[in-house]
Amino acid sequence: MSVDLKMPVLVVDDYATMLRIVKNLLKQIGFENVDEASDGGQAFQMMKFKKYGLVISDWNMQPTSGIDLLRNVRGDADLKGTPFIMVTAESKTDNVIEAKNAGVSNYIVKPFSSEILKGKIASVLGQF
Amino acid sequence: MDRIKSSRDLSLQLNAAEGIPPHNLEIVQKVVDRLMSQWPNNRGIYLQLQRLADFITKTRGELSSFRPQEMKERFIPKATDELDAIVEATASATHTIMDAADVIMDLAGRLEKEQSDKAMAAVTSIYEACTFQDITGQRVTKVINVLKVIEDRIDKMVLALGELEPIDQAQIDDAVEEAVTDSAGGDRSTLNGPALPGQAKSQAEIDAILSGLDGAS
Repeated sequence: MSVDLKMPVLVVDDYATMLRIVKNLLKQIGFENVDEASDGGQAFQMMKFKKYGLVISDWNMQPTSGIDLLRNVRGDADLKGTPFIMVTAESKTDNVIEAKNAGVSNYIVKPFSSEILKGKIASVLGQF
Repeated sequence: MDRIKSSRDLSLQLNAAEGIPPHNLEIVQKVVDRLMSQWPNNRGIYLQLQRLADFITKTRGELSSFRPQEMKERFIPKATDELDAIVEATASATHTIMDAADVIMDLAGRLEKEQSDKAMAAVTSIYEACTFQDITGQRVTKVINVLKVIEDRIDKMVLALGELEPIDQAQIDDAVEEAVTDSAGGDRSTLNGPALPGQAKSQAEIDAILSGLDGAS
């Protein structure tokens, strides 16, 4: 099945610059319908009201971190199947393992390129 | 209380303090006598204790001269403010760079395909490079956290040292100013480096100062 580029994507980061960068890179890749949240709590609330086809989230955020958001999403009957990519500066093996155990779909280490973002999205959603 | 200058003084003090019967103190006195005989002179233990006391006093003085309170009250907050200003400045500059990149991206759409692709690739590189702001911001946050740990350690040191000599506020101000003065080796009395947001003079204010000077000359 081909990827629907019109599907809503939720980008979660506490840095306004990162939200803008990821949003712009997604736009260049072809995703136009992108929403933003500044922490895991806000993101989870938004996901309750709107069905997102993909979540791209930072890890280190206050008050609710990306890993907590991921656990909340995977623990929610309605949301558990949502593709979830972690984009973070945390590059220790333990972090990657923790995210994987929590059910992350893929993991991108900052700084990253547009090509890597596109490649990871394709590995989660399929080629587009 | 009398000074303890000999083992006899010590046993008397012990006797008074502990109420130990004299026949037991004789044993203590013998032990102390033997200890004292091993020191290089006849007032051995007293002198060693005096040296220890002098050392503690000297150390307190040296630690006090580092002015830990000043470090905690002025230097660390100043350093934290400067680091916060770095994060704010890089965030602001990054948005400006991306604003410009957005304009270029819009214009690129109007070019022929080959040129458009090149321009778009360049804009993508700009966006990718802008992630530096997030990374540097996180690093600066780490440094701020380290400063908080140092502040905590200083707190404990101040507590252990007890009452220190009062600090001369004017001296502190001078020291802080000196520490944050431009380190390029220029005239330290006038160079201060970039001011924190809100403390900097605007170009309009500089212009006003210049015109004031022009009028005066």
